[in-house]
Formats: sequence, C-alpha cells, structure tokens
Amino acid sequence: MAILETQELTYVYSQGSPFQKTAVDHVNLKIDEGEMVGVMGHTGSGKSTLIQHFNGLLRPTSGKVLLDGEDIWADKNKIRDVRFKVGLVFQYPEYQIFEETVYKDIAFGPKNMGLDEAEIKRRILETAHDLGLKEELLERSPFELSGGQKRRVAIAGVMAMNPRVLILDEPTAGLDPAGRDKILGHIKNYHERTKNTILIVSHSMEDIAGFADKILVMNKAKLFCYDETEKVFARADEISQIGLDVPQITKVFMKLKEQGLDFGKDVYTMDYAKKLLLKKLAERGGV
Amino acid sequence: MLRDITIGQYFPGDSVIHRLDPRFKLIITFIYIIMLFAGDRFICLGVGAVFTLIAIFLSRIPLKMFVKSVKPLLPFLLITAILNLFFVTSGDILFKWKFIKITDEAVSISIFMFVRIMLLIMGSSLLTYTTSPITLTDAIERLLSPLKKIKVPVHELAMMMSIALRFIPTLIEETDKIMSAQKARGAEIDSGSFMTRAKNMISILVPLFISSFRRADELATAMECRCYRGGEGRTRLRQLKSAPRDYIALAIAIVFWVINIIIG
Repeated sequence: MAILETQELTYVYSQGSPFQKTAVDHVNLKIDEGEMVGVMGHTGSGKSTLIQHFNGLLRPTSGKVLLDGEDIWADKNKIRDVRFKVGLVFQYPEYQIFEETVYKDIAFGPKNMGLDEAEIKRRILETAHDLGLKEELLERSPFELSGGQKRRVAIAGVMAMNPRVLILDEPTAGLDPAGRDKILGHIKNYHERTKNTILIVSHSMEDIAGFADKILVMNKAKLFCYDETEKVFARADEISQIGLDVPQITKVFMKLKEQGLDFGKDVYTMDYAKKLLLKKLAERGGV
Repeated sequence: MLRDITIGQYFPGDSVIHRLDPRFKLIITFIYIIMLFAGDRFICLGVGAVFTLIAIFLSRIPLKMFVKSVKPLLPFLLITAILNLFFVTSGDILFKWKFIKITDEAVSISIFMFVRIMLLIMGSSLLTYTTSPITLTDAIERLLSPLKKIKVPVHELAMMMSIALRFIPTLIEETDKIMSAQKARGAEIDSGSFMTRAKNMISILVPLFISSFRRADELATAMECRCYRGGEGRTRLRQLKSAPRDYIALAIAIVFWVINIIIG
C-alpha cells in the first residue's frame, strides 16, 4: 500500500514574473510504507522542491499529493495534521534551534501536536537514545554543543513527533566522514526500531548506496527514475551523465569492466566489492 | 509570501536609465522628490506622473513591477488617506453622520496625499530597480564626501549601508527557510490565534538573530583577512564617470522642476 503518492505533480516558481521557473514537472510516483528511499539529484534538479510538497509546505501548481490515498489539500485547514504525519528535516537543521535547553527544543514539535507531558518526555528520551544523545545533554543549552550534536538535536526535534514518513534533506551536509557515518547509522537504527518510511535526500550515492531500498533520481525538474537500488545502479553510466556522482567503488568496477574484467554485477558498496574480489581471487586459486 | 517584496531589488538591464551615472540618478531623484512635495495642486502631481512614466518607459522595466512595489505599503497609504478624510475639517461638508464629517477638501487632500506617496514610492523604486546597491552606495559616498571635512565618517556609513543592502535578500531567504522549518514542526505562523502566532514568532526570531550575528562575525573576519582598514587610501574598482547623457538627463529633470514651479 502506497503511503505517499503524487499525481502529475507540477510546481512553478514565481509564475508570471520574469523569473518563472518550473521546479517540478509532472511527477508521478508511489512510495510504499516502511521503505527507505534515497532521493538524488543535482543542485536545482527540483528534489528539495519536491519534498516540500510531501508535507504541504508548498502547494502544487497543478497535480496532487496523496497521503494514504487522500489528497492532502482536500481540506486546507487540516494541512497541519499532514505535517505531523510527514516530518521534514531541512538542510542544516541546527539553524532552526531556538530554545534554552536541548529538551525544550526537541519538545517544540511534540508540544505543537498537543501531546501530554508524560508522552513528550517518553518520546524525547526515546529519540535521544536513537540519536546517541546522552541524557545529561538534555538539560544543557543547545548553543554550547558541537556541530554534530546540534545537528542530531535538530533531527531529534522532528523524529520525536514520530511521523509516519520522515524526510531528511541532506542530513550529512557539512559533516566530516565520521560524523556522517554516525548520523546515517542513527537514522538506520531509528528505521529498524520504528519501521517508519524514510526519505533521505543526498547528492552523493556513497551516502545512501549502502542502505536505501529504493532510489529516486530527479533531473531537470523531471523524475529521472524511481526503482530498487540495484536497478538504479545498473544505470550508473546514465546517472553519471546527468552529473551525479556514483560511488568511487562503482567507478572502479566500471573501469574494470571496460578493460575486460566483468563481474556481471553492479557494485556499489565496499563490503560487496570485497566479497566479489575475494571470490574471484579464490577461483583463480590466488588466495 | 516574503519573496514578493520587491523594494530595494535590482533588475539588471541595459536601458538608458540603467546606464546613467548613479550620482546623477540620485540627484535627479532628489529633484523629483522636491518636485512632488513643493507643489500643492493636482497639476503638479500630473507633471510628476508624466516624468515618472517617461522614466519607467525608458527603463524598460514592466509597469507591473512598480505596481508590486507599491503593494506592500498599500495598507499604510490607505490608513493615511482615511485619517486625512476624517480629520480635515475645512471646506464644504459633503457628508455628515453623528460626529463624523467629511468635507470636499478632505476628499481632495486624501486623494492628493495618496497619489503623491504612490508616485514617491514608484520613483524611488525606479532608482533601486535600475541601480545596483553597490553603485548606489558608491554614489552616496561620493556625493557626501565633502562632509568628510567636518569629520562625518562618510565611508563607514556607506560601507554599513552597502552591507545592509547586500544582506536584505539573504535575510529574506533565511527567514523563509526558518519559517518553513518551524512550520514543519507544527508551528502556527500563518494560521492560529494572534497569541499563538506571536509566541511562534520567537521560534523564528531567535534563530534569525543568531545567524545574523554569526554572519556578521564571519563577514568581519573575511574583511580583515583582506586587509580592510576603512576608507583611507582605498581605491575603487569602478570609477564613476559622467557622460553627456547624464547632463542631458539632469537638464530634463530641471526643466520639469521649473515647469512645476511655474504652474504650481
């Protein structure tokens, strides 16, 4: 059953002015419940605009967004409820932090939902645990934390609302590799615990290749492809043609294929590459 | 919503108006403002309107953009007009109900004020639409440079102004982003009662202030890294040069002014 669906979704910025630009062009897609989807696209490909439609921050110029089969714009007054069901974490979310303590900041979303204190507390402790935030951090000012910690606090602010669909826009932007792996790991844990649908936007396949079930690629405002990870990576050369980076290891294997060493499969994670190489070596009796 | 604010926005182009020396454009705008405020007959405004329309036509910027520039200030214009309508008591009474009296003079004064301010906004929008903020502050600095003799920190003021202008679009974008982020967390900003909206403004203002301070700090460091030490001995990339067309434009403006004085 599709939890999110778009029908001929189109969005035009500044319609009728000299700056008019179509950011999303007749996009049709269905996202199933519980999936982990990677959203990829070049800068300006429309991916950020697309995800802002999923929780009703932007209203389509034409076309529809369906949540559980219902048009989210059917009743304008209920759009706030949509935002509780579809949580959106923006790029550099630490810039939205404003409360005096970490606890209060994470509580902002759940409070807006009208939950009672006990439930709010339970959720905050749960998400803090998911994101590896120690309990003693909760009473500190968010502004004294490190960059990576702030980022996790901001993500926790949306996660604590326990949205059925969680969308993260470049959650690892500007972090070092260690911080990046940490955050991605936490998100993965959260996904395993809650089984909620997750969409992660990224321009690097390296980030999402490892754990996305499906990958959605946007190119020039249009949906380029939306399919299972392996099938998308099978089109690695097309994807690099539209200016997206395929993982380093995939590039290595593409080059090997060009030189006659065909493994018959597309490789996009280190672990898989290791396995294939060792197998090949064993076949040759090298190890 | 915030994207619709057009005051202070620059529209790149290559029209005669765009190419005028910014110093002359500033002086002409001043003449224009004096012209609007000196006369108190409708015909004076008519002269101003003709002048504005010619300039708008020459700038090749769609008239729609000027309508848009007036729009955000419309509520203030209307309030001014309404206040004038009720508080001007001289002239013949046209309408009377209890303590409310509307006279013919009140009607004409409110319309007059309305048109005058609208022309003022359109004229000054033309200046900012056709002049990039940087050249504009350059021009201000040059025009005010005589004041340096009496120890007015002209360069510093101009620099402050260009920085402020430069960051208006950035701040608007930032506000937009933070608003979206808080809305995604269920903050009621466009909807809800006045009190919840006011309370939710905190969730926008605090991050906005923090990022402004951070940005100011970064900018100061970046400027110091490039050895910025104030205006003394500083040369400029763009030298302002006046051409014959600048004098012609100034002459035309003065002719309009004189006409205005004669008929007013």
